[in-house]
Amino acid sequence: MRPSDPAIAVECEAAAYAAHFAGRLLDPARPAPPDVAAPGGGAAERRFGIYRNNVTVSLIEALAAVFPATLRITGPDFFRAMARFHVRATPPTSPLLFEYGRDFPAFIETYRHARSMPWLADVARIERAWLDAYHAADAAVLASETLAAVPPDALAATRFIAHPATRLLASDYPAFSIFSANRQEAPVGRITATEPEWTLLTRPHLEVEARKVAPDAAMMIAALMHGVPLGSAAGDTLAAFPDFDLSAAIAGFIEAGAFRGISKNGADDET
Amino acid sequence: MTTRSAVSTAVLAGAVASALSSLAFASPLSEADVKAAMDAGKEKCFGVALKGQNDCAAGPGTTCQGTSTVDYQGNAWKFVDGGTCATMQLPDGRKGSMEPLDRDIPA
Repeated sequence: MRPSDPAIAVECEAAAYAAHFAGRLLDPARPAPPDVAAPGGGAAERRFGIYRNNVTVSLIEALAAVFPATLRITGPDFFRAMARFHVRATPPTSPLLFEYGRDFPAFIETYRHARSMPWLADVARIERAWLDAYHAADAAVLASETLAAVPPDALAATRFIAHPATRLLASDYPAFSIFSANRQEAPVGRITATEPEWTLLTRPHLEVEARKVAPDAAMMIAALMHGVPLGSAAGDTLAAFPDFDLSAAIAGFIEAGAFRGISKNGADDET
Repeated sequence: MTTRSAVSTAVLAGAVASALSSLAFASPLSEADVKAAMDAGKEKCFGVALKGQNDCAAGPGTTCQGTSTVDYQGNAWKFVDGGTCATMQLPDGRKGSMEPLDRDIPA
């Protein structure tokens, strides 16, 4: 760094001021910054308090917008209290508010008053991933013709390239059932699911789609997403789940649009 | 390359063929068709969304996330099937529009 450069010096000063200002913004126990003065020249505690409140409320609103099912499950009072603790502990690091909330599911997991809802953090994970899928790059999905054109003896070595929007989430709870029941308009009926559920999020066109996938299909999709060739991914899944329906799983992930292309031997991208 | 639990070529080819045949009617015809559907299959239609139902659920900090406050709000849009927007019939003689409208703007 060259402090003699005036542009950099100004930037450093601005960063130092921002840090000094922001530190007091989310902590009501700290006084207003001394260099923030009321019009008469006195302390600006009340004015800074109003600003502090606006910032906190806007960040709580941001979390409410990213996690609507979580909000619906907990009710607004519970949600806003929980969100306020999180906002103060973990303010955003990006000026883009739709990027906020990545740490919120982990916070929910440790939040004392949410312990009676151990599945809530996983529902929130699906919601955050949903928004990431929504904002992911556009790409055409793998067409069945592309896979049909692969010669039979080349299938085992074929690797799949995940679509930019694809997200696969595990849960020890029926998180998909709870998520989908609370993301639709109609009243939430009794949720009878008790089994662990995997959720596959894809965005083949403009809309994000959420599907529940069976544990065996999820294992296969996860392996393919990590670049494991088709033959090994299928073999490993069959070894773990002898009843695995390989054909149905392949049809399922192609129909979902989980992948955007294939490559042979991990080399040429054949999208 | 690691050879882990092996699946025979015949099993793999059979599974893929069977998967593809089950998709024959569900899957788009080609990559180009998919692209075309994505680019042109839907259009933004203003003034047709029920309140809170406008598209662009793009999250906080964006201007559009389900924020319309009246039914058929003129400056809120929804994705509809291509070519159907302007022909859409709505209550009290309203019509959808490809451009933002002045009607039904909340006070």
